[in-house]
Amino acid sequence: MQSKSNAVGDRTKVDIAIIGAGISGACIARQLSAYEAEVALIEKEADVSFGVSKANSGIIHGGFHHSPKYLKTQLEIRGNLMYDRLQRELDFPFSRCGILVVALNDEEMKYIGHLYNQGVENGAIGIEMCSRERMFELEPKLESDCVGGLHAPGGGVIEPYRFVFSVVESAVKNGVHLLREFEVVKAERSGEKHIVHAADGRVVEARYVVNAAGLFADKISSIFGAEEFQITPRKGEYYLLDRKTKACPNRVLFPVPTKVSKGMLVIPTVEGTVLIGPTAEEIEDKTDLSTNADKLSQILDQARKMVPSVSQTDVIAAFSGLRPALLPEGDFYIDISEKAPNFIQVAGIQSPGLTAAPAIGEYVKDLLKKAGCRLTEKPDYDPIVKKLPRIRDYSPFEADELLKKDAAYGNLICRCEKISEAEIVAAIHAGHTTLDGVKYFTRAQMGRCQGGFCSYKIIKLIMRETGMEYDQITKNGRESVVLTGRL
Amino acid sequence: MQERTYDVAVIGGGAAGMAAAVEVRRQGLSCAIVERENQLGGILMQCIHNGFGVQEFKQELSGPEFAEEFMDLVADANTDVFLSTTVDSIEESEHGKELFCSPGTRPAGVFTAGLAQRLVNVEGYIPGKNVVIVGSGDIGLIMARRMTWVGAKVHGVVEIQPYPAGLTRNIVQCLNDFKIPLYLSHVVSRIDGQNRVEKVTVSPLVNGIPDEEQSFEIPCDTLLLSVGLVPENELSENAGVDISPITSGAVVDSTMMTSIPGIFSCGNVLHVHDLADYAAEEARRTGAYAVAWIQNKKPNRQVRIKAGANVRYVSPGMINPESPDKMYLRTLIVKNNAQLVMKVNNTIVKEKKLSHVQPSEMVSVKLTPKDVENWTLEPDSILEVSVQ
Repeated sequence: MQSKSNAVGDRTKVDIAIIGAGISGACIARQLSAYEAEVALIEKEADVSFGVSKANSGIIHGGFHHSPKYLKTQLEIRGNLMYDRLQRELDFPFSRCGILVVALNDEEMKYIGHLYNQGVENGAIGIEMCSRERMFELEPKLESDCVGGLHAPGGGVIEPYRFVFSVVESAVKNGVHLLREFEVVKAERSGEKHIVHAADGRVVEARYVVNAAGLFADKISSIFGAEEFQITPRKGEYYLLDRKTKACPNRVLFPVPTKVSKGMLVIPTVEGTVLIGPTAEEIEDKTDLSTNADKLSQILDQARKMVPSVSQTDVIAAFSGLRPALLPEGDFYIDISEKAPNFIQVAGIQSPGLTAAPAIGEYVKDLLKKAGCRLTEKPDYDPIVKKLPRIRDYSPFEADELLKKDAAYGNLICRCEKISEAEIVAAIHAGHTTLDGVKYFTRAQMGRCQGGFCSYKIIKLIMRETGMEYDQITKNGRESVVLTGRL
Repeated sequence: MQERTYDVAVIGGGAAGMAAAVEVRRQGLSCAIVERENQLGGILMQCIHNGFGVQEFKQELSGPEFAEEFMDLVADANTDVFLSTTVDSIEESEHGKELFCSPGTRPAGVFTAGLAQRLVNVEGYIPGKNVVIVGSGDIGLIMARRMTWVGAKVHGVVEIQPYPAGLTRNIVQCLNDFKIPLYLSHVVSRIDGQNRVEKVTVSPLVNGIPDEEQSFEIPCDTLLLSVGLVPENELSENAGVDISPITSGAVVDSTMMTSIPGIFSCGNVLHVHDLADYAAEEARRTGAYAVAWIQNKKPNRQVRIKAGANVRYVSPGMINPESPDKMYLRTLIVKNNAQLVMKVNNTIVKEKKLSHVQPSEMVSVKLTPKDVENWTLEPDSILEVSVQ
């Protein structure tokens, strides 16, 4: 990723500007980077994926939760199928571990039948109805009351932020301009162009604009004089369990869904920890990421209904994320604006947005073509992102070769997750210069000490590699400074 | 990757690791210390306050001075030391984690007290200006004083229990002397702040539940967590060593040996000690036991020790009646003029007056050969240790 240049009056001229570097914006940018077009990916935060995309369940859905009438369902099915190839190209942690929906009584089992039929109609591959016996064969840790359920072998888990990082890295490698800390405050038309202004004075000129601004897609739409709609933040709280927990299931476990949400899940993350949650609560404030004590017990109770061995003592972190819901229907809104010229709306991308994202990239590319944007394939497009070695994947005997190339692989910085200095330096060189950026890229600070033992080492590495001063180091940009003085 | 062979490999070069290694070398066996940081001393190197060495060296030293005394002994003993070397698998190790989960946002400005101590004392950075400390563990208390000295304002220490978690001497020297309020039976019920911590909500516990009406807010930019340490036992666990759910350390016999023959455990990885001096003392004995085991000197008989009334745990978990040794215990209660009672087969075998007990103060008891002279041991006899 390119380094920051935040000078007032900086002007970037492109064919297409994508506002929002979350999962949707990232996938659209990468899709477009395969074509002869200048593309800018604009993000208001200090790093990509710092909005909706950083805090969600990280699930690649199985294609049975939603009715075929929705656009999101079609994109979910298509997106799911695209993940294997993406993983080969981009090397991000992904496991097609499968999904189970757990029925605890006969009433719930009836609903399982409905989900199964819906999945078959949607074209979900390999789904099966399960007897009680089959459920316990697939998941021995289940609550003994389980009467049966649904198995979707095509479902899986990824680390959402890590996925966004890889996708953006690939896009930037193929020529996309990434502009961070670029908060769009004003837009105007000049001839055939949109002139997009940032709070700090930078400007992007673009013929086409894609609004992938997540929670703030309504605000961006209004800035461009496009359709009026409202994004409602729906908060989900999660608790993360240490990898030592005895409650780690083999597959993602869903309860039978309610009207408003898919319910609270037990998720074996792709890195071996366990995530439980989320709650679903409609709120007003799009910046409210607080967690609440009463929700913890609620989540624990729900999780224990499926896996009784979930224990509060295994909790190592709490966080919450906001889903950008477009109510009342809750479907994706991806279309060419009828009010603003050359403006594509990508709004309401809540669950299954992560699953659908690669398909959203394709879909938006087609919409741009339909809107008159000429896209010809780039002969030198390179879809591959080089795999970075991770010392935790090597045995001490295998590590010798790696250490000969770079001795920094031998210096363990994060003891909980076993992350070496070389991996952290790679993250910093890739442009992740906040503590959270390093965390989401490498996993350092993500284990049970939550940075208690390694964050000072990471701060020193960021200073060494970038020349930043101690008081410029932040947790996640803006005013989130970590150190306030020096002796 | 090189292969080296030693009689004893000590994992961790803190107080306990160095003390154990020195003892092994003193008895003439070969020994190596494997330390993951780039210097020996472990956490001692950031503990620049006084209070170390009173037992071990009969003088009051700072943490780094105490470590240096041991480093000299390690050097004199000709012990091989591998620095910046992390043990990937097998055997034992050192130190702790702090666990804390509070509702609210997750802004910058939340540190463990240990991290803040490292930042100030070793790295030379000040983590914040207006500080609230959660938990009254010793590191938190020491950091209350340290942060005051570097010009920060410490607004209070919030402790969930009705009594302090740290040593009394630290309450006096680090809080009372600086007029820093200690809120016992209180919790931080909420953290607020968009980018950096802006305030915390402190609530008294009424019948064990945070009372909203009596809650108050403290504006602050920094929260230090000192809510107790848990031994870091990844290595022991991966090696298959039995772990006690009470101490989160290994289960050891009268020779400090774990459930896997040849793996011994001592120091803060076994159970969290009040003082580095105690950890060093325990480690020295452990080094000697490891030597004895290599020389095939094993106890003929071991009696299990049971934590009786008002006792949280006793370490080690067994005693060799032919050569009784020191044991450490923690109580579950706060009490003046308490009585330590040891029973075998329901017969009192030893009693000791304890002028004051509290969970944060470790109690040490040493049995002498005379104490065990008159024990009548059945095959299933257990030594029960209680406090009344």
